[in-house]
Amino acid sequence: MLKIENLKVNYGYIQALEDISFQVKEKEIVTLIGSNGAGKSTTLMAISGLVDKTGGKITFDGQDITHMRPERIVHLGIAHVPEGRRIFPSLTVYENLLTGTMGNRKLTKQRQKELLEEQYELFPRLRERLNQVGGSLSGGEQQMLAVARGLMMDPKMIMLDEPSLGLAPIVVEEIFNMIVRIRDMGKTVLLIEQNASMALAIADRGYVLVNGNVHLSGSSKELLSNEEVKKAYLGA
Amino acid sequence: MNRLKEYVKKNQKMILILILAFAVVFPLLGFEKSTIRIFCRILMYMTLAGSLNITNGYSGQTSLGHAGFFCVGAYTAAIITTRFEVSFWPIMILAGIFAAVVGLIISVPTIRLKGIYLSIITLGASEVIRILALNWQSLTGGSFGIKGIPRPVFFGFEFDSPLKFYYLFLGIALIFLFVSHRVINSRVGRSWMSIRENELAAKSLGVECSAAKMMNFAFGAFWAGIIGAVYAVYVQYIDSAVFTLDEGFNIMSMVIIGGQGTLVGPLVGSVVVNGLTEVLRPIGVWRFVMYAALIIVMMWFRPQGLMGASNSILAGGKVKMKATGKAKRKETTP
Ligand SMILES: Nc1ncnc2c1ncn2[C@@H]1O[C@H](COP(=O)(O)OP(=O)(O)O)[C@@H](O)[C@H]1O
Ligand SMILES: [Mg+2]
Repeated sequence: MLKIENLKVNYGYIQALEDISFQVKEKEIVTLIGSNGAGKSTTLMAISGLVDKTGGKITFDGQDITHMRPERIVHLGIAHVPEGRRIFPSLTVYENLLTGTMGNRKLTKQRQKELLEEQYELFPRLRERLNQVGGSLSGGEQQMLAVARGLMMDPKMIMLDEPSLGLAPIVVEEIFNMIVRIRDMGKTVLLIEQNASMALAIADRGYVLVNGNVHLSGSSKELLSNEEVKKAYLGA
Repeated sequence: MNRLKEYVKKNQKMILILILAFAVVFPLLGFEKSTIRIFCRILMYMTLAGSLNITNGYSGQTSLGHAGFFCVGAYTAAIITTRFEVSFWPIMILAGIFAAVVGLIISVPTIRLKGIYLSIITLGASEVIRILALNWQSLTGGSFGIKGIPRPVFFGFEFDSPLKFYYLFLGIALIFLFVSHRVINSRVGRSWMSIRENELAAKSLGVECSAAKMMNFAFGAFWAGIIGAVYAVYVQYIDSAVFTLDEGFNIMSMVIIGGQGTLVGPLVGSVVVNGLTEVLRPIGVWRFVMYAALIIVMMWFRPQGLMGASNSILAGGKVKMKATGKAKRKETTP
């Protein structure tokens, strides 16, 4: 479904991504793990067209999207939930969700309603807070809102950038449960995490990024039992 | 305060009708012509500040050059109506369109710029427009300005008194508010607000930020152009000295004091600032010191303006504190 080949990204003189290649198949949960600064967020931004690429090729559903504009990429069905929540703080929860539909012009009123219902089912807490402004939600609720907002465009694939960052363990667990349910709804998930053990616990496959390169790859099982991964990312 | 808010929300339609009825009847209560002129000013600035608020308040791009669009509209109407025998109304629309085009042109370099850089470009553009008006003698009359601008006529009804202009300004303000309300609550309005709130997130949701910003500038400029045209036929004499940066800041002060990002804010801002102008007339230029002080005090105690919600992004500090406090409580309870 998504194929990244030899992706390179520079920020001025800084080479953030040196050579990144990986694939995501339909209805998979694939995780990219790696320490801070490894290039995970940059990879997602490159996929959704938010940073310029120096080299490489990205295809989605067989279509070359390497140099597409961000809104066109969204139209193809890729939702990107950026790092750090970035909800709209002074818009209400409902308005935040509505803004999520901006990238999909084919949505009918009826489908939009269905999608709203889906989000309320997935995140019951949002329904209770519909008229509250985004900025007044707790960290966990904001993260849920950010994900729900991404799902409102009815994407084929959703990319989540460190959804567990800064959240209490119990909330993190809730978020990971929800990611599994999103996949079960028929979506493909590309998940970025520093919390490698949790990410590998729910993912089908994973890639380990180090300094802008893919260092290791394999099924979650393989990675979980890999000595190097254990030492560096699982704190064993 | 909360109960008042709820009451207003419940009876919104009725309150709107009451205010409207008041606005229609009020000037008939036997005021002096000079007083009606003040009311005209207030209504005129409602639309002018309201249109700046579309850019500054709704899309969060701080434009300082609104006087420029106002100027374009005024000169367009003045130049055309003094040279050709034409009806004012299509010219008024043309003035709006012309200002919108200028707005579009200015918005191009501002697409990639943010914050202070964008503000400086709009400021510079506003001055360029004024200096053009001052020096393009053959077209604009240079420093003499344009005199004898004919009054508009509507099906034989001539706008020849401040009272008649009062209703013209009122009508335009109402149309502006109605259209803006519709646009703000549409996809377009949502795209503007999402840019204000978080541009990267907006982009990641597929909002076409450049196009949305250009449209936003053009929309705000359009209404400034319309008001410029009506201003020209109202005062019947314009010169470039009206459209200085001071005028731009004057408009902006109404937006800030009233409350950015709310439709009601600039209306209140116009009443407060123009009201103060009259009240403080005896102290002469010292009143500008008062405005400055007022803006500073507002920025300090109520950055979201008089009408802004306390949960506005501009009131950020308070909200953040509340949010983190809550977050802690929620997430540590098992
Ligand atoms: N806006 C930026 N400007 C310059 N360098 C950046 C920028 N964003 C990220 N980087 C650099 O790019 C590298 C990869 O960053 P990032 O993709 O954010 O990593 P991760 O998400 O894995 O923590 C880091 O060395 C970081 O310092
Ligand atoms: Mg990151």
